Amino acid sequence: MAIFSRLTGKQARAEAAIEAAALRSDRFRQEREGDWRRLEAVVTRMEAGRLRKISDADVLELPVLYRTVASSLSVARETSLDAATLAYLEALVQRAWFLVYGPRTTLWSWLARFFGGEWSRAVRSIWPELLVALALMVAGTVIGWQLCAADPDWFYAMMPGQPGDLRVPGASHAVLKGTLFGKQGQDGLSVFAAYLFSHNAGVAILCFALGFAFGIPPVLLLIQNTTMLGAMLWLYHGQGLTLDVVGWLSIHGTTELLAILLAGGAGLHIGRSMAFPGTRSVLDAAAAAGQRTATVMAGVVLMLVAAGMLEGLGRQLIDSTPARLAVGYGMLAFWLAYFFLLRRVPAGSETE
Amino acid sequence: MKSAPATPKRSDRRRMLITPEGIALPVTLASRGTRFGALLIDLTIIVVAMIVSAFGLYYAASKIMQMNGQSLEKSDPTMPGAVQFALIVYIALLFLLRHAYFLYFELGPRGATPGKRMTGVRVAARDGGRLTTEMVLARNLLRDVEISLPIVAVFSLIGGGLAEWAALGWLAVFALFPLFNRDRLRAGDLVAGSWVVEAPRLKLADALSTGQTAASGTSQATGASYKFGEEELAIYGEFELQTLERVLRENRTEAMAAVHEAICRKIGWNPGAGDERAFLEAYYTQLRARLEGGMRMGQRKADKHG
Repeated sequence: MAIFSRLTGKQARAEAAIEAAALRSDRFRQEREGDWRRLEAVVTRMEAGRLRKISDADVLELPVLYRTVASSLSVARETSLDAATLAYLEALVQRAWFLVYGPRTTLWSWLARFFGGEWSRAVRSIWPELLVALALMVAGTVIGWQLCAADPDWFYAMMPGQPGDLRVPGASHAVLKGTLFGKQGQDGLSVFAAYLFSHNAGVAILCFALGFAFGIPPVLLLIQNTTMLGAMLWLYHGQGLTLDVVGWLSIHGTTELLAILLAGGAGLHIGRSMAFPGTRSVLDAAAAAGQRTATVMAGVVLMLVAAGMLEGLGRQLIDSTPARLAVGYGMLAFWLAYFFLLRRVPAGSETE
Repeated sequence: MKSAPATPKRSDRRRMLITPEGIALPVTLASRGTRFGALLIDLTIIVVAMIVSAFGLYYAASKIMQMNGQSLEKSDPTMPGAVQFALIVYIALLFLLRHAYFLYFELGPRGATPGKRMTGVRVAARDGGRLTTEMVLARNLLRDVEISLPIVAVFSLIGGGLAEWAALGWLAVFALFPLFNRDRLRAGDLVAGSWVVEAPRLKLADALSTGQTAASGTSQATGASYKFGEEELAIYGEFELQTLERVLRENRTEAMAAVHEAICRKIGWNPGAGDERAFLEAYYTQLRARLEGGMRMGQRKADKHG
């Protein structure tokens, strides 16, 4: 009795209940129920709140309680036939498991890791596909040029005709030059830039997403888009404006074409992993490839923001070919250095 | 005892998941209907947000222009600054709503968009490991091909020819992908290594075997004492125990009477009436004690045949 008198009333009642329980598995349950309910309370709070508002105590307690309750579940499975308790424990462990193994990073720490090396590492890891994508794009450009040179009618087939477009075969030097320069005064440039970004990002995401069909659609998209490039180059070359059109395209094109190259390479990577999964199952191979290339694609969208700004603003405001070339190839050098010279692996990386 | 009503549709969606601690956790995959419902809710939210923000920006831009003494109706080839700004914000907003809405919510602690939350499902990693940012990115990058493009393709059928039908058929492969695999994976899930599971929320039910009647075997209503012998308990196994547990938890008089009668017939007792619940609680507790005792010795009895 001396022991009982030191206990609080609540504890004493709990002890008495444990004594009264006829079954060993019920005594097990009553002894641990407190922990289960504490975990349930923590999990419910964390599920309801934004990450920032969760108290440190909950964050510290969660993994400990999770392991306690998980071991309760293991024991209960071997000793208890109380189906309701088992179902409750399974559900509770599952909820806690989602939190313990959920996406743990905040957006900012993910971005820090992303720019701090994860992006460039992901890009390097798909280098064989990048080479294939590059070859396809070069081939597309050459094909576009050659076809137009052989028969100018091809130009109309490749360029989606816009009514009133001055850029057609047979246009004079002056007309073509006018399309390249003298747009500084134009209004609504920033809107144009935002539109271009949104459009290009859509195309790049499409290029990636279609890689799912064993990589064939990205091949077609890469070739189709670059035949247009070849046709444009051919058109301006005919009037001796080759360098000027290269400058006009390069200021944003180095960034944009590189982004499309990365997106196409990412699509090809998924396609290749599914067509030739190696020793893994197709599903596992697709999942691994998808996660690797998702990082590349997040970067592609950011590159297209940059390209949209350069195209919508930079190209119209910078009106000389040398300056355009300098910006364009400066950007290219920057991207290549970032991807292939930055070889730091960020701390706390989530992937392998 | 009657056999439990089997629910094949549900058991078809049960999967075992091994956590990194090595604990097998049963998960239930979300049904296709649930996921479609969740998607409809999310798309409705997105479309409403797009419309509201369009009106909001239009209103804001026209207010600013009024203050500057301009008007939208003026046929001026140059765009006023306020309109330009509103357009840029709107284009950015559309992009974010289309692509970042799903990302933002699925990266949160619930792993679910508002639509998924309302329908009680969430995203999880297929291998039982951590749901990474890359997975959520990958599964949402493919949404375009699965949702936007098929919708566009359907509209392009109007006045379209064979090519449009071919395009739609090809895109339908993506849109209908979840219908053709056991795990209900969308193309995005397949590429990301994720799946969508039901998010369980169960309350801890009261212990059945700790009540006064159950623990002592003595009915409080009639004072009758129920003590069952070894051979009277040996006829049933775990399956019957769980059925009995369910009947007791549901607490429906007719069901309890039927089960009471079935047990009495089986063990050769004379079924009385009016004290069924006390009888069943006592039988449940003693059967469970016997079966759990067997479990500790490594002997399990799955059902009455085992």
